[in-house]
Amino acid sequence: MIELMILLDRVTKTYGKSSAPALDRISLHVEPKEFVIVVGQSGAGKTTLLRLLTREERPTSGKIIVGGVDYDRLKDKDIPLLRRKVGVVFQDFKLLPNRTVFENVAFALEIVGMGNSEIRHTVPRVLDIVNLRGKEKSMPAELSGGERQRVAIARAIVRQPKILIADEPTGNLDPKHAWDVIRVLEKINRYGTTVLLTTHNQEIVNKLKRRVVTIKQGKISSDRANAEYKI
Amino acid sequence: MMHEIITLRRIIHTGAVNFVRNAWLAAAAIAIMVVTLTIILFSLITNATFNNTISQIASKINISVYLNDSVSTQQSNVLMSQLRGLSEVKSVSYISKDEALAEYKAANASNQSLLEAINETGGNPLPASIEINPIDPAKIDQVKAILNKPSTINLEDPVAGTSYSGDRKAAIDKIASATDVLRRVGVVAVILFAFISMLIIFNTIQMAIFNRRDELTIMRLLGATTWYIRGPFIVESSMYGICAALISVAFIDLVFLLSSSALQASSLGLLDIGYANTYFHRHFWLLLTGQLFIGIVIGAVSSVIATRRYLKFKSAK
Repeated sequence: MIELMILLDRVTKTYGKSSAPALDRISLHVEPKEFVIVVGQSGAGKTTLLRLLTREERPTSGKIIVGGVDYDRLKDKDIPLLRRKVGVVFQDFKLLPNRTVFENVAFALEIVGMGNSEIRHTVPRVLDIVNLRGKEKSMPAELSGGERQRVAIARAIVRQPKILIADEPTGNLDPKHAWDVIRVLEKINRYGTTVLLTTHNQEIVNKLKRRVVTIKQGKISSDRANAEYKI
Repeated sequence: MMHEIITLRRIIHTGAVNFVRNAWLAAAAIAIMVVTLTIILFSLITNATFNNTISQIASKINISVYLNDSVSTQQSNVLMSQLRGLSEVKSVSYISKDEALAEYKAANASNQSLLEAINETGGNPLPASIEINPIDPAKIDQVKAILNKPSTINLEDPVAGTSYSGDRKAAIDKIASATDVLRRVGVVAVILFAFISMLIIFNTIQMAIFNRRDELTIMRLLGATTWYIRGPFIVESSMYGICAALISVAFIDLVFLLSSSALQASSLGLLDIGYANTYFHRHFWLLLTGQLFIGIVIGAVSSVIATRRYLKFKSAK
């Protein structure tokens, strides 16, 4: 039996007491090295799903296991260790505006206590992967949206996580830059990282021909391989 | 181990950088901490000065038993050894008639008429005496018991009798009660101002957290541990404490420097103010270390509290 990278078993998340659940008994299995696209309308529950995976939220009920870590047994003090295994990319990049590209990526390594010489060695190699060599000294404000998102991806993968979670990474980008970002994600996936991508972009979904999970009103309405965008 | 050292160095570095950047924000926190630490230092020095005065006066207090001229050496020796056996008594000494006369002459060397009066009497009018130094002038019950025995009273000079230095004891009581009041006021003031400083540092750190909330959120999402995020704030507020301690010690030093001549000249009755200066400079390094310690503790504790709520993980289901 292959160990699953992500396992959700009948996960429900309810905000407040009487409102309808944001996620309703969702079950999902993702194997290592898979590339999974999660689609769904705004408010369908995509973001809630990702926030559960990064342990920013806890489920109301159900079981979540990511990379072998059972979230029921995860203590608060071990959350930082989990987040080091899971790389996350956000729609709004979340870069530090007053630091250079190099410093933004290095930041992720400083947190885990890596030495300065090792950081100087590692960061350029990752910037190579996201095609940002030569932009080390730029400030985020000097970059295009697509470049900023690739900095964020570099920061997410610099610690070689097993899983990369990308929440609408192309949401703020024009088509050309969106594709730059998607190509980088495909490259990372080829290197062996599991990628979980949420997007609204129909063209991207249709061209990628990957597994597509559709969420509708808090439930998984379809889950097919080599699928096209359909809500 | 290497990771921990690197991380610790980064935490201290970040804290120091933030301290410099937030210098103006920190000014209020440092100022109130200077007030707190100065009050602590002032209380310590005042307390030491009062205690010094008390022990100085106390050491001068003694009980003199004046003996009539017919008392034999053996009788006085018996009485002295009885007194020496008491737990209240520090020392007992015998002053002969000749010694008493010599002392009297020395004490009144400048007063020619008194000396002439003594010489005119021909013999030695001064009685021999036994001087008793009690450990605590307030506790002389056992001594009194012996002195009030009829057999002892028989030995005493009928005119001079026994002297208890009563006025000095009253002075001691006054200073002791003043010290007590001052100590209580000091403790209350220290607690009050320490509390106010903590509140202000608390606010300062909260403001610093608010200014950097995006950065902290990102650190959190990237998997920074609580102590990695909190550490720089603790370093920063400990540095407020260090600054405040240095300023308060320098301030007190300056006060002594400017007023040293005035202090030496004046004396508040029995109170030896000059001792405050001596005490401060004799214990300078100890006081400085103590102030630094208190400053760091106040700073660190308030920033731990300030960061606590912010750094909690969402645990609600």
